[in-house]
Amino acid sequence: MNDIENSWLAERTRRHFFRDCGVGLGSIAINSMMGQLQAGQLPVIDPANPMSSRKPPLPAKAKNVIFLHMAGAPSQLELFEDKPKLREYHGKAPPKSLMEGKRFAFLKGNETLLGNQREFGRYGECGMSLSELFPHHRKIVDEVVWLRGMTTDVFNHGPAKLFMNTGFQAPGRPSMGSWITYGLGSESENLPGFVVLQSGPRGPRAGNSLWASGFLPTSFQGVPFRGKGDAILHLRSPKGITRERERSFYDTVGALNRARLKETGDPEILTRLNAYEMAYRMQTSAPELMDLKDESKTTLDRYGVKPGESSFASNCLLARRLVERGSRFVQLYHTNWDSHGGPGENLNKDFEKVCKDVDQASAALILDLKERGMLEDTLVIWGGEFGRTPMGENRKTVGRDHHIEAFTMWMAGAGLKSGYIHGQSDELGFGVVDGKVHVHDLHATLLHLLGFDHEQLTYRFQGRDFRLTDVHGKIVKEILA
Amino acid sequence: MERLSLILTIALISVTFSQEVVFNRDIRPILSNKCFFCHGPDEKTREADLRLDTREGAIEDHDGFFAIVPGKPDDSELIYRIAEATGDEAMPPPHAKKESLTQEEVALFRRWIKQGAPYQGHWSFEPLAKGTPPTSWEDHPIDYFINASLARLGIKPSPTADRATLIRRLSLDLTGLLPTPEETNDFINDKRPDAWTRLVDRLLASPHYGERWGRHWLDQARYADSHGYSVDGGRDMWPYRDWVIKALNDDLPFDQFTIEQLAGDLLPKRTKSQLIASAFHRNTLINQEGGSDREQFRVESVIDRVNTTGAVWLGLTVGCAQCHTHKFDPITHREYYELFAFFNNTEDANGTGPTVEVKQFEILNNGPKTIMPEKTESAQTAKWVPVRYEDYRTSSNVNLKRLPDNSLLVDKSTKQKESYELKISTNLKTVAALRLRTLPDKSLPKKGPGTASNGNFVLTNLSIMIGGKPIRLKAAFADHEQPDYPASHIIDRDKKTGWAINIGRGQKAIMNAEHEVTFLFEKPIATNGKPLTVRMEHNLHDDYLVGRFALDLSATAPSIPRGKEPGKVTPRTGKLMVMKELAKPRTTYLLTRGDFTRPNKDLGELTPGILSKVKPALPNPTSRRNRLDLAKWLVDPANPLTPRVTVNRTWMRYFGRGLVETEEDFGTQGSPPTHPILLDYLANRFIEDAWSMKKMHRLIVTSETYRRSSKARPDLAVLDPRNLLLAHQSRLRLDAEIIRDAALSASGLFTPVIGGPGVYPPQPDGIYAFTQSRKGWNTSTGPDRYRRGMYTFFYRSAPYPLLSTFDAPDFQTVCTHRVRSNTPLQALTIANDPAFLEIAQGLATRLLRTKPDGLEALIHHAFQLTLCREPSSEELSILKKYVHQQIKDFAEDEEAAQALLSSNLLSSETPPAEAAALVGLARALLNTDNFITRE
Repeated sequence: MNDIENSWLAERTRRHFFRDCGVGLGSIAINSMMGQLQAGQLPVIDPANPMSSRKPPLPAKAKNVIFLHMAGAPSQLELFEDKPKLREYHGKAPPKSLMEGKRFAFLKGNETLLGNQREFGRYGECGMSLSELFPHHRKIVDEVVWLRGMTTDVFNHGPAKLFMNTGFQAPGRPSMGSWITYGLGSESENLPGFVVLQSGPRGPRAGNSLWASGFLPTSFQGVPFRGKGDAILHLRSPKGITRERERSFYDTVGALNRARLKETGDPEILTRLNAYEMAYRMQTSAPELMDLKDESKTTLDRYGVKPGESSFASNCLLARRLVERGSRFVQLYHTNWDSHGGPGENLNKDFEKVCKDVDQASAALILDLKERGMLEDTLVIWGGEFGRTPMGENRKTVGRDHHIEAFTMWMAGAGLKSGYIHGQSDELGFGVVDGKVHVHDLHATLLHLLGFDHEQLTYRFQGRDFRLTDVHGKIVKEILA
Repeated sequence: MERLSLILTIALISVTFSQEVVFNRDIRPILSNKCFFCHGPDEKTREADLRLDTREGAIEDHDGFFAIVPGKPDDSELIYRIAEATGDEAMPPPHAKKESLTQEEVALFRRWIKQGAPYQGHWSFEPLAKGTPPTSWEDHPIDYFINASLARLGIKPSPTADRATLIRRLSLDLTGLLPTPEETNDFINDKRPDAWTRLVDRLLASPHYGERWGRHWLDQARYADSHGYSVDGGRDMWPYRDWVIKALNDDLPFDQFTIEQLAGDLLPKRTKSQLIASAFHRNTLINQEGGSDREQFRVESVIDRVNTTGAVWLGLTVGCAQCHTHKFDPITHREYYELFAFFNNTEDANGTGPTVEVKQFEILNNGPKTIMPEKTESAQTAKWVPVRYEDYRTSSNVNLKRLPDNSLLVDKSTKQKESYELKISTNLKTVAALRLRTLPDKSLPKKGPGTASNGNFVLTNLSIMIGGKPIRLKAAFADHEQPDYPASHIIDRDKKTGWAINIGRGQKAIMNAEHEVTFLFEKPIATNGKPLTVRMEHNLHDDYLVGRFALDLSATAPSIPRGKEPGKVTPRTGKLMVMKELAKPRTTYLLTRGDFTRPNKDLGELTPGILSKVKPALPNPTSRRNRLDLAKWLVDPANPLTPRVTVNRTWMRYFGRGLVETEEDFGTQGSPPTHPILLDYLANRFIEDAWSMKKMHRLIVTSETYRRSSKARPDLAVLDPRNLLLAHQSRLRLDAEIIRDAALSASGLFTPVIGGPGVYPPQPDGIYAFTQSRKGWNTSTGPDRYRRGMYTFFYRSAPYPLLSTFDAPDFQTVCTHRVRSNTPLQALTIANDPAFLEIAQGLATRLLRTKPDGLEALIHHAFQLTLCREPSSEELSILKKYVHQQIKDFAEDEEAAQALLSSNLLSSETPPAEAAALVGLARALLNTDNFITRE
């Protein structure tokens, strides 16, 4: 034996406590220690209830986030970016200087420029250009910040979606919803803090890893709500078990668990008691959430919700209801925006259909939140994983390939300017000439609005302090109110 | 309370230990956290040309300034910078956003410099300490070390756990299954002094040991049954899983275990088994998305192989050096790509690569032993006679058209799960068999016989009635069956399973051609001129209907073709992806910022090499180094990391935490071992015992430390709240798969078959609503329905919900350590998942079968089966009250009671209210924290 045998005594760093507490190993002693270690910026997780609401370390503008993810990547050139020059050069080969060193998913190299296909107009005080396909967006041009200089790093759907959601292109990192609930917990005791809703013909590429908690404890992973049947998996009690019978079942399990707690003294049992009680409450709160009968016809019509039909519109309304009930991060995925020009994916009828699916409810959500005063502490983000090329694809119908150098997203709500256009791409839409916002910058800004320094919200895993923005990210100050 | 604890701690240190400052214990952690980022190994981020990670650097002359002057703290610039300087001169500087050093820390630095500022190598890179074992220990060596630390702090270890707890603990730890009540009683009553070691040896010899510990290893191998990314199609990796199970059961020494998995394909005179082992590194993801760059994803998988190897064997985050020289650990950017070069020469590239065919049972040699008895009756042939269709309709009244050749064609525009009802007649006096011919048709997709977009169909049920009574069918067999969709599924009464005709790997049949399925009646039926009603159901997917077909009857029953006998298992053949070296090696360059499009050609080609700071050095090669050299280096007894990392992870599985808590990071940012000498003792012992994993398990579980009670110790809440000193054992929630396994073994439903392809236990609808493509999930019936959780088919993009809910990783990358969360979704799963209800029904059936003498005896037995112990009087009364209350309640609502019962329970003599109350009892026990916890 030598001194080093007890070197653990010298190693009581804050981090190691978090490591354990995050995974639910609790004890009263650790709890009170954590309380005193709050000086840093890492969240203080209550082991008995990891989702309990927490204050961010810095002043915050936003409390909740709704992310409308346009899966497949909508064409900015058919929606937001009127490019007269692109029309002028329609059918011509793209300038060599712009193509050098660029990689594309499907383009072979002989494609030509494709002029905008749609009528555009300028709207609102900010004069944002919008195409004929987004008539409802005209109502919100002055409510949102337009990010026309978005860029990302990867051009395949799976990796790019992961990048947009986790800041990293391979699966395995926590999703931003996980980071945010890790940082802030949730206001809801009856519903999950991080909820995922899906609409459109198929699920988003990369599946569950888009809302996985990666190395963060699974308490922080997104809970997908299902469009059909019960909203949450296994929500329904077995046939023959009424609510009263379920109560006595939960009481019995609770009594057995309390007896074991007395016997073993393990505080983890306390966490389980809490989890079972929340499960019981969710059995009524989730159906209550999904039941839209207390929404007025005006509201339903505004979103375009058809009763009994699961759609992007009903998901937008559910997003509002979730945030109302205290959920922290709600993410919607809508497919399919992947307009290559193949079957079911052309920029004509197929594209029009997706636009119609999304336009009205996106705008309605902003207006509804605003009227209810919820936009003051809720952030709404709208956009795909990348944009589309100025060149067309050589396919049977009109389409565009994946483009990562310049695309458009919008954000609205808490702490942001309204009716503000940020960023600009060049005349043909190849690259950003002004106001470039990288995905990492978007993440940094999002965390800033929620009251975090994106460099300080970290989690130690495999010997490294990981963060949503990896080693990058700058706050986009220009768009802050 | 923390303050108090720190004061106590400091007091204890000062009382117990000498005043000497120890670099690795006292100084290095501070340097690493606060200084190395700018003054560490990475040249690119180094400030002021000063490095503090080496003594040479720290005492270097910088124009008359010396960061450290050994023996003279007052002359050392470092002390001024950390203690007195302000503004930008202060260290760490304000922009680094790190907290300044405390007065205590500054004092440590002063004393250390006074001592001469001696450096030590990072502990994990130092050779294993050949600690002198105590000459006369009465104790087990592990207890010797653990108890010495406890004694030093005056902590009394907890007593040994009771025997009931011990056998449940050990069974779950070594096999992942519960002991039977008989095994528990035998052990409790075993008065022999070596009762424990006998139990240990019995469980280590169990073939389920290989499954339990194989599962831990498969986490590290990132094993899954699908390719990952967006398309996420299926793959045949199960032969590799079989190999792992067998290797562990055979106690293949860990060095050999390593070599075969990393380089089995390169071994001289390699066996097929060794080639199969090399599939370890083919568990990487494959992106099947259109427009994927093959080279990009090939490089991704090579990177994953480097990082996985680093994490599994070295416990290092080599991945950091993918983009730049490691900030804290001695791994340079260049060395990363020298490691990369070992893995950069294999044939596989994203979707393409070498495979080897492996038959089911081939590796484990555990195929069904009993061969079906030969038929005694002479082979019969059927004489098929076409039927007359008296009436034919579908459930939603879409058009079924009769064609001139006496076949029926459905209107393909229907998009529903149609059922067909066909009234047929025949001139035959008796009928013994029905034949359904599925016929290709021009009007159907891909000219197939089915209405699916590829011409397929899934026929899930077929029933035949005569005079309102069902005709019992004894067998169904077809000329061609899609893997996992055999004809026998048509008559298995599971509405969601069926027969389909797609072509599986290795099958020679043509899909969109005429196929036929024959149904044998249990006995010939006299028709007496009455018509038969045939009902065909398609319940699995919309739009998967048999499109065109014809029916025939025969008065004689044909013999069942060989291999199609009911219950006969046709061994599956898997095409396992394995490693193969390219004849001409690829050129490896350093990739700038890890970007495969930016090779740094200025540095020239990199050849394979290891981490220079980890011993032993590789001898100069006579030829180009390959993966075999790397594997041998990893398990060279002079390499201190592999044995330390491996025994530490083994330890972690038993105690919930490794002796090195950061089991995935043995680098300078990781935590140092709580018991370094014990760690090195175990590492040495591992090598001395010829890398036997079973001997290491035996050593650990025979210690008193392992056997201690896991009850909390309020008296240690201040002194050792995290139980780092192991005064007691810990309660650990079971892994996801083991929760299922334990429940199955308690219920008696468990199928103990080992190995083979993945299986499909029941899962709720709608799991694939969120994935890009719908996955096939043909729910297993029969014994495969109750296999261990580790055999559940694993789609990376949409894992079986139970597994993710209980923290199984998604296997996108290496997982060395699972977290243990505790969430409401877990509660809903065990409470409501139909698979668990089925298990609760099974347990209730088992309880009834034993015909217990009264409710108390029954509850005792239920406790034995699930918690392997007797209930306390409080627990007994809680459950008695619950059962009585339920019986009373269900007696007034018989319909509800019946809804809760399985067919077995419904047909039992027990009144439904009582049977339902027992299902409730079983459900309650399965939902206790105790049940899903190893205590």
